Amino acid sequence: MTWNIDIANVTKRFGPRLVLNEVSVSIQSGETVALLGPSGGGKSTLLRCLNGLNTFDAGEIRIGEHVLQPGNHAADLQAVRRVFGMVFQDFQLFPHLSVLDNVIEAPIQVLGWPRAKAVERAEPLLKRVGMAGHLHAYPGQLSGGQKQRVAIARALAMEPRGLLCDEITSALDPELKHEVLEVLEDLKRDGLTLILVTHEMGFARKAADRVVVLCDGKILEDGPPAQVLEQPRTERMKMFLQRVLG
Amino acid sequence: MGTLLGAALPVGAQSKEPLIWGGDTDGGFPYVFANPANPEEVIGFEMDLARALADEIGRPIEFKQRTYESLLADLERGDIDIAMNGLEITPKRLKRVAFTRPYYIYQLQLVARADETRFQNLDEAKAKGLVIGTLGATAAAELLEVQNVPFKTYDDQQGPYDDLVQRAIDGVLMDLPIAIYYAAPDPRLKYSQLKPGLKFLGPSFADGYYGIAVRPNDTKLLADLNGGIDRLLDSGKLEEILHKWKLWTPDQYRLYKTVEIVAGGQEMRFGDYLPLLLKGAGVTVLLTLVSFALAVILGLVVAVARMYGPAPVRWLAVGYVEFFRGIPVLLLLYFIYYGIPAIIPGLKLDPFLAAVLGFGLNYGAYEAEIYRAGISSIPRGQWEAAASLGMPAALTFRRIILPQAIRVILPPMTSDLVALFKDTSVVSIIAVVELSKQYQILTKSGGGYLQIGLTTAALYLIMSVPLGYLSRYLEQRWGHKG
Repeated sequence: MTWNIDIANVTKRFGPRLVLNEVSVSIQSGETVALLGPSGGGKSTLLRCLNGLNTFDAGEIRIGEHVLQPGNHAADLQAVRRVFGMVFQDFQLFPHLSVLDNVIEAPIQVLGWPRAKAVERAEPLLKRVGMAGHLHAYPGQLSGGQKQRVAIARALAMEPRGLLCDEITSALDPELKHEVLEVLEDLKRDGLTLILVTHEMGFARKAADRVVVLCDGKILEDGPPAQVLEQPRTERMKMFLQRVLG
Repeated sequence: MGTLLGAALPVGAQSKEPLIWGGDTDGGFPYVFANPANPEEVIGFEMDLARALADEIGRPIEFKQRTYESLLADLERGDIDIAMNGLEITPKRLKRVAFTRPYYIYQLQLVARADETRFQNLDEAKAKGLVIGTLGATAAAELLEVQNVPFKTYDDQQGPYDDLVQRAIDGVLMDLPIAIYYAAPDPRLKYSQLKPGLKFLGPSFADGYYGIAVRPNDTKLLADLNGGIDRLLDSGKLEEILHKWKLWTPDQYRLYKTVEIVAGGQEMRFGDYLPLLLKGAGVTVLLTLVSFALAVILGLVVAVARMYGPAPVRWLAVGYVEFFRGIPVLLLLYFIYYGIPAIIPGLKLDPFLAAVLGFGLNYGAYEAEIYRAGISSIPRGQWEAAASLGMPAALTFRRIILPQAIRVILPPMTSDLVALFKDTSVVSIIAVVELSKQYQILTKSGGGYLQIGLTTAALYLIMSVPLGYLSRYLEQRWGHKG
């Protein structure tokens, strides 16, 4: 089964402000898509709509066989959310649980796995993100980069088809960004769908299959990184790139 | 319980410095009480007696409102000069104060519900384990204690009759003058407080004497008062007053003979009162724990209702918090114990249960606000992180939000527990005998304020100080994982 995403004419308002203005975009399963654009352009909102953390006012989102509609908190919202894991800018690890317990909490509580099975799956995931040595540490004892790698392992533990990453390196020092981005490249090689809201132009250029630029609630550019970042079609995009790249 | 108003009412017209007379008008029929037609005015057969006595000794007597239980202590402290309020002359009291010659001979009268068939006298009540109510620190209470009859004491004389009507107790043993005003259906009694459906059980018995208490070293005053009573007896004035209040009995002729009562009774020793205090402490602990358990459950439900419920449920929760935080717990206890049975007959709560309910509702409101603050302090991102892992809201609340909130909640919650522990002392108004009430009972009858007081305080401290340390320990232990 494929898990393609079809976003059709999605509109979202925050009060009088139009955050998403009839946005339509399709993403194939296995693609790595970087969502770029100026702050307030609607990229984070679009990402959060994909797993129901934000509702929208018009349009439709199809994720595999699931359909999300305006104000529709579907009975299968939990199932929709399990298609993609989500990683946040500010980590949001559970501070009262150890690294291992953070990762096995949802498999045990939501999927009903026995603890032994959950631990058996969690350990290789934590090893993969380089956190095998910190199973019993608490989030308060970790660096930002370590926290974010645990957050990725936690999301992967639910065996999602892909990850939604919301500026996951923005709160990190440059050398810590690097270790998180390496993990993402590793996941991309495994064929996971990755949708990243990011300001990392270098990473977008190197790792993304596609770059989608959102500006003022509309899609400004959509194409391979070489084309969008090297030969932008619009003046707006050129200005944005100049500002970002300095 | 009496108010502590120092309303002073001069009696007699003399210009000399007035004698200060302490008494309790709270439910004080027929001794001294507020005139139902004019609550500013204090009347009663002792008021008439005081007036007549003031004329005899040539000194005005001024009434001062005190609580009945504290009369002897007030006298010792010098707040009042004489205490006259149906005070029985007993050997125990004579060790603390001096009494004038008697001005009334009382007897005790057993009162039961009209349909009572299980007992005729105290022995039968005792054999069947029936509970008799009476006024605390009186000769009647002492008699019940000595004879080992199951009994319950009250702070006022109306409470036992109310409880008898409500079937919370099985009989009431009190002085005949009180029994007459609360249970004899004599239509000529002007200020009758008749409770329905009660009857006198057997003849009155165990007589004793009411006297006026003065400080032991006030010998001049004592002689003056005795002279005054002598003359009131000789002139027939005292008999006239007692007739007026329907209190005259042929027994009163014995007032003309001299009686001798000598001081006696044993000092309470440590070994005597410690077991009683420990028992009281046990009630305090049990009451605190059960009430707090109820408060925690109520608080959690109300906090969740206020934060996540639909609008009407939220308003109800806000109403609950504002109402129960806004009224004094004393009023709440009084209402639950006395008010509810008066409104819904038959719904009579056991005093302990009433106390648990009162404290549970009151502290539940405080807990609800503490929990709400604690739960709100957990960032929204934690909810979103859990949601993105497919966790439903209820599961997220239980597994992710609450365990974190508890660390914020725990310190104020523990200080509430300590506060409740101490607040439980107010339940004496609904006749639950816990630690403070036991102290009051012990010192009322036997003095020993300091020794028994220190022991009581030590018992409180032994329990509350470790509780404080426990809270700090938990805070540290749970704090480091953050």
